[in-house]
Amino acid sequence: MSKYLLDKFLYTVDRDPDLVERYRDDPAGTVAWWEDEMANSLLGCHSGERSTWLGLTDEERDVLVRQDHVALFELGAHPFLTLTLFIAMFERDHEPLEYQIAYGARLEHFDLPYPDIAT
Amino acid sequence: MATVAAVIASTHHPFYYRASTSTGAERPPFADEWVAKIETFRETLTRAEPDVLVMVGSDHFHQLWLDNMPQFLVGKAPYYDANWYNEEREFGLPRFRLEGDEQLSQHILRGGLDRDFDLAFSNELRIDHSITCPIITLRPDADLPIVPVYTNIFAPPLPQPTRFVQLGRAIREMVESWESDKRVAIIGTGHLSLELGGPRQFGEHGPDPEFDRRAVDWIANGDIEGCCADVTLDSLHLPGNATHGFMDFMLMMGVAGEGVKADHVDSLDLFHTMEAYFTWYPEGALS
Repeated sequence: MSKYLLDKFLYTVDRDPDLVERYRDDPAGTVAWWEDEMANSLLGCHSGERSTWLGLTDEERDVLVRQDHVALFELGAHPFLTLTLFIAMFERDHEPLEYQIAYGARLEHFDLPYPDIAT
Repeated sequence: MATVAAVIASTHHPFYYRASTSTGAERPPFADEWVAKIETFRETLTRAEPDVLVMVGSDHFHQLWLDNMPQFLVGKAPYYDANWYNEEREFGLPRFRLEGDEQLSQHILRGGLDRDFDLAFSNELRIDHSITCPIITLRPDADLPIVPVYTNIFAPPLPQPTRFVQLGRAIREMVESWESDKRVAIIGTGHLSLELGGPRQFGEHGPDPEFDRRAVDWIANGDIEGCCADVTLDSLHLPGNATHGFMDFMLMMGVAGEGVKADHVDSLDLFHTMEAYFTWYPEGALS
């Protein structure tokens, strides 16, 4: 399991307006493209250099394709990254704050301590 | 030597800009009270007549990322662009540019390293709402040079809470030993109890009003000892999953000093989180 790579997906998609729309509209295609093209991209480096070893597990890939924020929380993805991206994708379909409140309500079964987010 | 003209600690609420500038049906019912409190708070900085601002905050996974994560970082650039696309998108925050004070940045970096803080640095730093929110609330003209200091309250493993207090004390010493006739305000923002992306988010109040009450007391009274006796990296999970941002308040308590009561204390109970504002005048209360 790679919490780091889940976080990297959320981080890189959230910070690119085109990718936010692409992931909203085509989750499976975007996740497949991202894993091929972006998963091993060294973000803090000049272009052209890549890592060689990063890949999602089947479970992680499935959770990202299903856009399941509850499962992402369970897996220890960073909750700030998940929340920010999901608000960007889905808040527009709801009344003000309705989406954020429902998002929290779907997590109500989690007690402390929450899943560990350390990467 | 430079003068510490004011020490200011605050929450950084990214919705303030939109709430305070909205009109008509868009304007939330709590906006007027919030604006009144902020204008009073702003006056506490204006009255101190600062020339330069040391700004303590924390990057929200904008420029600082998990492939290369510093614990404490000082900006040393002549300019800082401000705010990011996703802050524009979610909070409506404006983009702007602030001037830097490179001489003070160099002084803090050198002084910090010589005091055993292995500070990272950046020559090209785009700052986010942890620093721009207090610019918007306290100095909306954005007309003073800054030195940004970023802390990691976000990506574990984190430094211990006491380390934040120690860095705050060191920043105070370093500013006071800067060979300059400038008046420096040291401003830092953090959180009280806060939940982001978890089951307790966006409630009627902050996730833990009792923690918030104790936290405001600790800060207002400069009760570093009491705060450090209660607060650990583990305990900060309990009031809310983003409450480690409270450690930036602890840093500012270190700047203000043990047992030093704040000259201005205010708070505002909002949905989702409690706002809190503190100002100390090291030269003595300004009237």
